[in-house]
Amino acid sequence: MTEQAPAADQNVEYPRILAVGDSALLIEFGSEIDPGVNSRVYALAGQIEASHNAAVVELVPTYRSLLVNYNPLVSDYREMSRFLDEAVAGANEIPVSAAQPNVIELPVVYGGEDGPDLETVAEHAGLSTREVIEIHSGTDYRVYMLGFAPGFPYLGGLDPRIACPRLKTPRTKVPAGSVGIAESQTGVYPNASPGGWQLIGRTAVKLFDHGLAIANTSPSLITPGSEVRFVPVDNHD
Amino acid sequence: MTERAIDSDQTGRIRVIAAGPQSLVQDGGRTGFQKLGVSVSGAADMDALNIGNRLVGNDPYDAAVEILLGGAEFEFETAATFALTGAETGATLDGVPLVSNVSYSAHTAARLVLEMPIPGQGLRTYLAVAGGIKTPPILGSRSTHVASEIGGVGGRALEPGDVLKIGEILVPAVSGKMFNSGDSSANDSELPAVNVRVVLGPQDDEFSAAGIRTFLDSTYAVTDQSNRQGLRLDGPVIESRTGSYDIVSDAVVNGSVQVPGDGKPIVLLADRQPTGGYAKIATVITVDLPKLGQTAPGTKITFAPISVEESQQLLRDRSNRLLKPELGQAVDTFSVQVDDLHVSIGVTEDEVGRRDLITRIARINDVAYPISAVKYTPAE
Repeated sequence: MTEQAPAADQNVEYPRILAVGDSALLIEFGSEIDPGVNSRVYALAGQIEASHNAAVVELVPTYRSLLVNYNPLVSDYREMSRFLDEAVAGANEIPVSAAQPNVIELPVVYGGEDGPDLETVAEHAGLSTREVIEIHSGTDYRVYMLGFAPGFPYLGGLDPRIACPRLKTPRTKVPAGSVGIAESQTGVYPNASPGGWQLIGRTAVKLFDHGLAIANTSPSLITPGSEVRFVPVDNHD
Repeated sequence: MTERAIDSDQTGRIRVIAAGPQSLVQDGGRTGFQKLGVSVSGAADMDALNIGNRLVGNDPYDAAVEILLGGAEFEFETAATFALTGAETGATLDGVPLVSNVSYSAHTAARLVLEMPIPGQGLRTYLAVAGGIKTPPILGSRSTHVASEIGGVGGRALEPGDVLKIGEILVPAVSGKMFNSGDSSANDSELPAVNVRVVLGPQDDEFSAAGIRTFLDSTYAVTDQSNRQGLRLDGPVIESRTGSYDIVSDAVVNGSVQVPGDGKPIVLLADRQPTGGYAKIATVITVDLPKLGQTAPGTKITFAPISVEESQQLLRDRSNRLLKPELGQAVDTFSVQVDDLHVSIGVTEDEVGRRDLITRIARINDVAYPISAVKYTPAE
């Protein structure tokens, strides 16, 4: 989970299509975390999904690139590269949507048992805990991608004033719903897991439920391209 | 083989008596949800899963039990046809020795015991059962991903006392089938160094020319910090182009070779997380992944570059070799007809003709059971 890339190679022209072994191709739109680049990723994903290409097995959109897993027994490298060239050109025609993104509100109890590291973050920032809460809950965060664990969102747009290094020793068990900060990222753990982020609060909302897929609903409450808003509450009722 | 009407009560059960170091329900994997952070998982040795399922008449990607380092015991609560593939463990059914890559019939209450694998013959053995293991599918797959507690039995490794349901049998009487064990990937791990072919990239441009030479010219060793998530390798440090190994997190695949800050490669395998933040110097080709699922700590690994086109040809060859050919049949050396009962006795013989890879079989009306046989010389 690394946020900062090395200095961008000035010689690279984007978008570029790269082979990932024999069963995947990667389309990179840039080397930085950028909302415009990320929008291109999702525009291309939409374009490919709409094509219903039988060789496409699975798409994995991330900050700046789209991984296309395909079945080489259905369509080979040359054929898939050609298909993606055309899809990239087609996706570039689509204006990046100015439509209002879907905002997911998560009620969060900050501090105390729910956010044992709130004071550490406040101390590191030279702010009061109240100010950290105000800053953290005062922004809508773009969901660039999901990864690391089922339903785990990579959120962009944390105010640099409350950025804070990870714990020196990760916790062996972070409770489900914990809201954390690590460097310039903020996020929320959908399920209990080990983790090294500074925990500032917790939401009681269930973020990932694989049972939902049976009802043909996304098993993840948070979906890529949406935005997350943390709403401070006094208790979990 | 003719399809027969199937009794509706023909679905069965297997009870876990001992689970060894780790036994997991695994199938072809959970695709389609990586964009939500869900790992694919699936069999670490896909060749062995495919062969096992074919031997018992299943779909090649049906769920089976993946048994790490043997030490496991199962009781067939109902009669079933099964096969063991992958690592050879000196298995027995009610005390009768079995070999890999042959389908057998087990009667009700029969006990299957797996010993430790023979060193250098792989780590993981697969128990495939006609009808498939039918734990509840989660997001389209029965594969167990322990880290996220998804799939299998309650998202965990099997424990003594677990009872696994077996699915309905669609094509009966497939016991006595054989697969040429020379094609099993478990065997390769006894070589002095496992040669793994890679397609360079997608981020090989993050490494210096010297770094890429180091990667391709060196021998790496599998450390004991290795598991289904990946093989952590020890060996010469791979130099990056900028001094940094970090990239903005992006997606990884089965076989991605990522290089973290210590410059030593990690090969990501079935249980990998869908995304990662380290540059990926190369990608192991699909046909070479099963042998990585069988490599023990200490195994030496070398990497050789190959083109995408060549690797895809190898994948087509694999499909023709593993998924298409007719299976062999245990050899009948002696047979009798008693009323309407056809009884034959013989040994399995693979094409290599290895004496240690045979088993004695009695076939009664096309159902093959393993038997013990001693040489009998009539007194003169």
